[in-house]
Amino acid sequence: MIGKDIRKRIFGSGKVTAVLLFLPPALLLFTMFVILPVAEAGFYSFFNWNGYGSPEHWINLDNYTRAIKDPIFHQSLINNLLIILVSTLLQVPFALWLALLISDRSRASVVFRAIFFVPYILAEVVAGLIWRYLYDGDYGLVAMIYGWLGKAAPHPLAERGWATAALLLVVVWKYFGFHMALFIAGRQSIPSDILESGRIDGAGRWQLVRSIILPMMRPVIVLSLFFSILGSLQTFDVIIALTGGGPLNSSHSAVSYLYTFGIQRMRVGYGSAVGVVLFVICMLVMVFYRRLFMREKEGS
Amino acid sequence: MHRRDLFSYYRWLVLFAGAGICLLPLWATVIGGFKSSGDLRTNAIGLPKVWVAANYLSILTDSGFWRMLWNSAFITFFTVFCTLLVSSMAAFTLAHVHFAGKRWIANYLALGLTFPFPTAVLPVFIRVRDLGLLDTYWGVILPQVAFNLGFSIVLLRGFFSELPKELFEAAFMDGCSYAKMFWKITLPLSRPILATVGVLSLVGSWNSFLLPLVMINSDKIYPWPLGIMQYQGQYSTDWGRVLAFVTLTMTPAIFFYLLAQKHVIAGLTSGAVKG
Repeated sequence: MIGKDIRKRIFGSGKVTAVLLFLPPALLLFTMFVILPVAEAGFYSFFNWNGYGSPEHWINLDNYTRAIKDPIFHQSLINNLLIILVSTLLQVPFALWLALLISDRSRASVVFRAIFFVPYILAEVVAGLIWRYLYDGDYGLVAMIYGWLGKAAPHPLAERGWATAALLLVVVWKYFGFHMALFIAGRQSIPSDILESGRIDGAGRWQLVRSIILPMMRPVIVLSLFFSILGSLQTFDVIIALTGGGPLNSSHSAVSYLYTFGIQRMRVGYGSAVGVVLFVICMLVMVFYRRLFMREKEGS
Repeated sequence: MHRRDLFSYYRWLVLFAGAGICLLPLWATVIGGFKSSGDLRTNAIGLPKVWVAANYLSILTDSGFWRMLWNSAFITFFTVFCTLLVSSMAAFTLAHVHFAGKRWIANYLALGLTFPFPTAVLPVFIRVRDLGLLDTYWGVILPQVAFNLGFSIVLLRGFFSELPKELFEAAFMDGCSYAKMFWKITLPLSRPILATVGVLSLVGSWNSFLLPLVMINSDKIYPWPLGIMQYQGQYSTDWGRVLAFVTLTMTPAIFFYLLAQKHVIAGLTSGAVKG
């Protein structure tokens, strides 16, 4: 089909150079800092190794059995589960509710959307520190409210159980804006003539939401739940800034556990084992979630 | 008529309550930086009884604070620059050049979308140390770029391959080389998606905490999220100082957001959807 001299031009147009020049930087960086490290984490997890010299002390599955037996690690995983539950069952519906109230393109809606998105653009450490102050008990919002009531203020971040509950509230506050923005985009992409014909048929506001808007927003809801689960599994910065994992290691997540008991103590093998457990959980979640809810995406 | 009024009251009530919940903590933080310690105990959200400027002034006149911001700016700039350059070159090749093994390479790079970074962080630390890059800017930049490649290449490649084919065919006819096509055709036409990838990697890098925490020891090259935690550790419940510090470090992000609000929201969300 292609004429001889055009083919010559294509061949002479630097195809080989392009492939040999444009791809290697990405492949090299990606292999060195993403693929190999994940594989190495699997390898190191069988060693008792402090990171110096080379890993020599092979200990089979000891790192894994130690992690699985550690009550602090259990608590961390339970906290991850709590974060997932609160994110999916409270935060996402809350975000959807707000999104449906401001998905028109009026000026007021645009302003509110911008305000609701603000917590999401803050760094997690900033969000953590701000709430650490509000929760302090001697200072901040909690102290002020109890002062009004004339009672001695509690210190929620210093009490087991309450610290985790406090963390959950911050997570909702920090991330709902992201899901709201997803939902607004999803809601705005519904063609208005469909809604119009529903209205002509006499559907009320709630009926429109239930039988047209929500079904048509299913893909974006599925996606938003997916992000909120995977994000919840990797919660870290906000915990370090808010509670540091305390009190008594009761408010860790899997990643802050990995940091505190693997990285800070330079137990490379142990930290890697925890990382592998996290990796496996993420992969399982991803595979099952895709199978269950995202079948339509496989075709594309 | 009556029901519509009721709905509108309910709507405004919810929206203003939501806005209050979002903004009140920020207000308490900004204003808290101007308060004395006694004031902070009883008055979290009102105006200060006495305005104290010392907290803000002591930070603004501290060269350490500015150095931290500079460190973050340096790391962020090169992370964004390298992410855009490396991933757009790869995405261009995968979208427009035909060669054996292309699919395999594309799938390989897309694996990066699914890997949780914390799993890799210890081996990355070992690798960075063995390369002699521990405690340097590049020890943070290179792994950040590497972990950005997955989503950037998927986003860019999707956009590149939808550019009109006729343009490239015409360029072939004129004897244009691939490198030239990349610079003269693909990149100029792809500003929206480059902006999306840029915003995603900019916000991610400016706020990133775990990676620099592991790679950087000396506070001379601390990016600001590490600096803020160190400052908080030093002054712990001297909240006036800590809140002033928090306010000053979040100011650049807020400004950027106000200036480019639409791009930021669109970038952070549409990037997620398409990725």
